[in-house]
Amino acid sequence: MKNRRAISYSRRVLPRLLLSLFAFPGLIAAAFPQQKSTKEELLVLPGEMGRSGGRLVISLRGEPKTLNPLIAVDTRSREVISVMQADLVHINRATQLTEPALAKSWKVSPNGLEYTLVLRQGIKFSDGQPLDADDVLFTFRVYLDESLHGPQRDFLIVGGKPITVRKVDARTVVFQLPKTYGVGERLFDGMVILPRHLLEKPYQEGMLGQTGTLATAANQWAGLGPFRLKEYVAGQRLVLERNPYYWKTDMKGNRLPYLEELVYLFVQNADAQALRFQSGETDILSQTGAENFTVLSRQQRGYAMADAGPGLEYYFLFFNLSEPDEKTRAEMQRKQNWFREAKFRQAVSAAVDRDAIVRLVFQGHGEPLWGLVAPGNRRWRNEKLPQPARSLDRARTLLKEAGFSWSNGSGGESTLLDSDGRPVEFSIVTSSSNANYPKMAALVQDDLKQLGMRIQVVPLESRSLLDRVTQSKEYEACLWGLASYDVDPNSDLNVWLSSGALHFWNPSQAHPATSWEAEIDRLMEEQMWAGTFEQRKKLYDRAQEILAEQQPFIFLASPHILVGAKNVVGNFHPAVLEPYVLWNVEQLYIKNGTGNAVR
Amino acid sequence: MKAPRAIVKWLITLVVLHGIVVCAGFFAPYDPVEQDRKSPYLPPMRVHFLGSNGDLHARPFFYSLKPREGSFDQYEQDTTEPHPLKFFLRGSHYRLLGFLPCRTHLFGAENARIYLLGTDGYGRDQLSRLLFGGQVSLLAGLLGAGITLLIGLCIGAVAGYYGGWTDSLLMRLAELFLALPWLYLLFAIRAFLPLAVSPLKAFFLIIVVIGMVGWARPARLVRGVVLSSKERDFVRAARGFGATHAYLLCRHILPETSSVLLTQAAILIPQYVLAEMTLSFLGLGVPEPVPSWGNLLSSLQQYSVLVSYWWMYLPALAMAPFFLGYLGLADSLQERGEEYKIETRSLGNLT
Repeated sequence: MKNRRAISYSRRVLPRLLLSLFAFPGLIAAAFPQQKSTKEELLVLPGEMGRSGGRLVISLRGEPKTLNPLIAVDTRSREVISVMQADLVHINRATQLTEPALAKSWKVSPNGLEYTLVLRQGIKFSDGQPLDADDVLFTFRVYLDESLHGPQRDFLIVGGKPITVRKVDARTVVFQLPKTYGVGERLFDGMVILPRHLLEKPYQEGMLGQTGTLATAANQWAGLGPFRLKEYVAGQRLVLERNPYYWKTDMKGNRLPYLEELVYLFVQNADAQALRFQSGETDILSQTGAENFTVLSRQQRGYAMADAGPGLEYYFLFFNLSEPDEKTRAEMQRKQNWFREAKFRQAVSAAVDRDAIVRLVFQGHGEPLWGLVAPGNRRWRNEKLPQPARSLDRARTLLKEAGFSWSNGSGGESTLLDSDGRPVEFSIVTSSSNANYPKMAALVQDDLKQLGMRIQVVPLESRSLLDRVTQSKEYEACLWGLASYDVDPNSDLNVWLSSGALHFWNPSQAHPATSWEAEIDRLMEEQMWAGTFEQRKKLYDRAQEILAEQQPFIFLASPHILVGAKNVVGNFHPAVLEPYVLWNVEQLYIKNGTGNAVR
Repeated sequence: MKAPRAIVKWLITLVVLHGIVVCAGFFAPYDPVEQDRKSPYLPPMRVHFLGSNGDLHARPFFYSLKPREGSFDQYEQDTTEPHPLKFFLRGSHYRLLGFLPCRTHLFGAENARIYLLGTDGYGRDQLSRLLFGGQVSLLAGLLGAGITLLIGLCIGAVAGYYGGWTDSLLMRLAELFLALPWLYLLFAIRAFLPLAVSPLKAFFLIIVVIGMVGWARPARLVRGVVLSSKERDFVRAARGFGATHAYLLCRHILPETSSVLLTQAAILIPQYVLAEMTLSFLGLGVPEPVPSWGNLLSSLQQYSVLVSYWWMYLPALAMAPFFLGYLGLADSLQERGEEYKIETRSLGNLT
């Protein structure tokens, strides 16, 4: 069943890919005989024709915090921003390759240090103001401004130096890199171009961080994305309307997007999302848990559920390997002696029943995981990585080798003892935001009980969990998950590098604490500057091997992307990269016209 | 005479029910934390007497369920092999009454597993979890009510007996406690404790908190009874003969409060069982995998469980006979108390 889906999916992707390769140069000129202004260089999207009009309703788990890309760090804000803004070069979520966006073409200098981007002609922001090279220059100046702490800044610092941007003419900009950068033009994905005419004044007044709240008047905010702000009702919904100046058309030259309105309903949690979808209040369900997927699949009335296959999310267990300071209690230091032992971590990994996690937590809609690169990332995954089946015997041998022993209790239960004869007991903190985490923790708890370890599971609210793991470091073990936003290795750099904030087991180190972490740092640095994919892949493969050997993260499983849509939604092709269902929002349409969603 | 008979009836009911829960290890076929990962959300199995071809079996039997191909939680009966139900067979270890190591279970089967009330998401036997969960919930209720009544009795007696500023002080304190939001108090206490609390510690924390917070109401009731009874003739007489305060309280006054206390106990115990369930439901009670009735119900917070697996509601039904028993007992006790009061009043008039 799963295989069949995968095949049909690739069949769908393939013609699209071919079309886009052949169609681009010719179509741009040929496709608009009816366009009056020949100045506009619009992007023609291949694919199924839709019909204009209609409204699409989708639920969001909570409210987005801002519309301002400079301060948006939460997924909900980013999701909304992604349909209101546009970038120079865009990663196609289906093919996972780069495509021209606001830049109609780009050229790389032979030494790989200079990217010359040519903007499309006649493009306008959603308020009708034209886009030119000055907007691009302004955008990157703002992103690189240290005082603003934009999340984009880290990506624009290459080898410790910022990228410089210069204007050649009104439509041409040159990006000068201080060092060759393996990521190439993927760098520009997500770097949305800001409207200079609206933001320059607040920027000069130092008020840029305060602009773009949800309460902003619709005429005070503009972007280059398919939708623009219409109405925001606090606690209830955000309504976006069609951007009449959008720069993409379909094959017949109809300006996209097809939809007249896009409505985000704010709901409490995943269950509420599923309920709203089931009752027909929302048209699309973006990524739901396996339990709700099963319930919704059972009675598909007017909608269809789809398993888009393995995504880029990965769940893992890790131990606190951070450097003990004066505050760390002696007990914690004693436990860290176990955790620092690679054989202890390998034994835990060998004892974990990954298949049970996939079956019981993801109800079969997931993949067991042995490395950081999720199965959804076929391009970069090291396929040679060993995937050992669960073996308690191997776990026991490893523990024995590391100096652990067992004592037998009266009730037939055995207790694992360390070399000092003290029982191995620790707690696993996990996030309570998602029912999957405590469930996985309960399975791991039971798996490790069979090795004689006594474990307590403590579900915590995500915010306080993040504080504990990255700030106070008061925890023993933690079970959590992350999602890569792109397939490129650099999207997980924060996790790989010992200086990274998401290097959870020992975050933000000044110097790598272990030799293998230093080696991973070196490999990841090197792949960043390597010229070809093959060179990068070789280095990245080695880094994956070291991680699998040392097991600082004990990888558990990777869930599939599970989505649903009403049958009336056309062009619905979920992807495994975020945003899963709205990546092609400009092409989505309502088959029978308006009046779809019950309000 | 009607009331005592009713009391006995309710008491017997409660003793039987509690007996089953106390000997949970014997009545439960399996260890409550044992996971059967091949059978998540397995529906309750049926015990048969008639075979598939209509012949009568001397020994009750059941068919095992196997998952339907390609499905996670859909099962079909495997009627090829009937598994006879065995009684008094050896199985997992448990401790009878909390200390006697034992392995004999009332029923079970060889080479197959029987789930009379189905399984939860990890394939754990719901019946075993229900019985063992009752130990936690009922013990929390009983101990909590015990602590409450003890504190209530002491404070109420002191306040009522000594009167004056002691009375005012203690009663204002009681009012303060009545106004205390105990759920938030528990949140606050939980925040001060270390991150991971062992199931035993968590259990005693719950008991202490619910026990400490509820004393105000029984204390006020006890105070009322003490206040009236300390003016009674026989108490005055005893005092006239030179009885000490302690003697008066223990011998003459506190026995008067017994009917109030018993009624309160019968009301408080189910209330506290419910309180424990609320806490466990919210994740503040005993942690997984230790079962308690609140824990068992907490999976119902998920929409998918709510609509798909009806047997997950069963723990909510199982507590009904307990509550009925306690409330019936409280009712009978109150009736008896009232009759007793009328009797004494009329006697008082005669003398």
